[in-house]
Amino acid sequence: MNRRRLRKLGNAAALCLSATATLVGLACLGAILWTLLARGLSGMSIALFTQMTPPPGAQGGLLNAIYGSVVMTVVGIFIGAPIGILAGTYLAEYGRDSRLSSVIRFVNDVLLSAPSIIVGLFVYEVLVVRMGHFSAIAGAVALAIIAVPVTVRTTEDMLRLVPQGMKDASTALGAYPWRTITNIAYPAARSGIVTGLLLAVARVSGETAPLLFTALNNQFWSKDLNAPMANLPVVIFQFALSPYKNWQQLAWSGALLITLAILTLSVIARLVISALPGGKAGR
Amino acid sequence: MLVLALLGGVVVSLLRGAWPALSHFRFGFLTREIWNPVTDEFGALAPIYGTLMTSLIAMLVAVPIGFGIAIFLTELCPRWLRRPVGVAIELLAAVPSIIFGIWGLFVLAPILQRYVQPWLIEHVGPLPAIGRLFQGPPFGIGVLSAGLVLAIMVLPFIAAVMRDVFETVPDVLKESGYGLGATTWEVIWQVVVPYSRVGMVGGIMLGLGRALGETMAVTFVIGNAHRVSASLLAPGTTISATIANEFTEAVGDMYTSSLVALGVLLFLITFAVIAAARFMLLRLDRRALSAV
Repeated sequence: MNRRRLRKLGNAAALCLSATATLVGLACLGAILWTLLARGLSGMSIALFTQMTPPPGAQGGLLNAIYGSVVMTVVGIFIGAPIGILAGTYLAEYGRDSRLSSVIRFVNDVLLSAPSIIVGLFVYEVLVVRMGHFSAIAGAVALAIIAVPVTVRTTEDMLRLVPQGMKDASTALGAYPWRTITNIAYPAARSGIVTGLLLAVARVSGETAPLLFTALNNQFWSKDLNAPMANLPVVIFQFALSPYKNWQQLAWSGALLITLAILTLSVIARLVISALPGGKAGR
Repeated sequence: MLVLALLGGVVVSLLRGAWPALSHFRFGFLTREIWNPVTDEFGALAPIYGTLMTSLIAMLVAVPIGFGIAIFLTELCPRWLRRPVGVAIELLAAVPSIIFGIWGLFVLAPILQRYVQPWLIEHVGPLPAIGRLFQGPPFGIGVLSAGLVLAIMVLPFIAAVMRDVFETVPDVLKESGYGLGATTWEVIWQVVVPYSRVGMVGGIMLGLGRALGETMAVTFVIGNAHRVSASLLAPGTTISATIANEFTEAVGDMYTSSLVALGVLLFLITFAVIAAARFMLLRLDRRALSAV
């Protein structure tokens, strides 16, 4: 009898602990979001979106940083997306079971979780040293390299969800593989691939480390892709560590902006994925 | 192909950049604590120590909590709650690391400094063995804070992988456990965990890979001091934080090259960890397939 009570007690204790663990996890998310809202909202104003980053103590906004972030993310995705989609297509359609593709898949998985600062170093060595100066284009390339593995992964998963019967039907009508892929597989997997790109955007737009020594930062308005460009994450980094009150306030507002943007993107991506047949393949 | 070339390119270019430092300092680079840009003398001991230490703390905190969350999600949670909680945990993974950084610096560090660390110093500090880890003034920022922030960051990864692994356990196995009169906890500990051990370790290693390479969050709270100190409360540095803090200010070829050499080290460490993790998860996939 005693032993039975002991077992029941142990059971209850363990289950309580596991529920507590979940609460701790949720509390962390809640605490972070709450802090961001509490400190960031007070700095939200029109000026945030219409003015440049200010010198210490003066009024200003984050316009150039927002612009730089958007530009570099877009350029990065434009470089990274075609590579990622093509590689994913290769893995899913042409080299499905070959030895080479399992190696590529493995390497891709490693790159997927490789530290982003390493990517920054790599681009620094290859581009910044050769060109002799920091530039927005180097930042975009670094972001592209980070975006590639994400797109490869989702593209492959999504193409694999396309029923084999559809592809067989197309082949039976005499279509070449590329025809099957462009006319049958891509349209069928389109929303999934788009979701993958959204996830890649979400991943890339919050990256700071690789931009530190590729795009650097810029206090002023710059449209020149060949020159250093301001961007939100690095501005947040520098302003948050600065001793000036107005810079810190801007850092919080920027942090709120970027988090909201990324969370919205991921929620949308998740909704699209869960609406797909086959459930959660793209995570 | 490009993906493969990318990895090769990363390795080659990093090695080339690091070569001057590595050939100049030889193995001393790994074992010396000194980091002096003025005299061009560099040793990587402090960053390596910091990286391993913060990751260790992160794993000690995150693994049990992640395990708890995974159990809760797969075994306990009422069905209607499962999705929202799962999504919330995954959203935690989507928050960019810089946000964790400033949150750690402005919210977590003051709390630690004011409440947690004085208590640790007073009550744990005098103990013989562990006490050495908790001595010195409460800075707020330091190895301990960095480890805690990392723990929160890797938590969702560990929880998500573990949950997926637990879901692969066949219901028949669990039901036979219950049929023998086992409690929920006994089924989890004696049926679910042994069955999914490989996958769990894989998930933990994946989290570890993340923790080792994480840059921005750590940079904010680590304090960036190049020394190895026994106390967890003292500021330290990690490989990635050193690179992020000093790279743009590095003057002189040897300085830059030493920082790139640090990058190579980090790359090797994380590559080994991640490759091991992926390999384990891969084996699991195959086993799950053959079981169907």
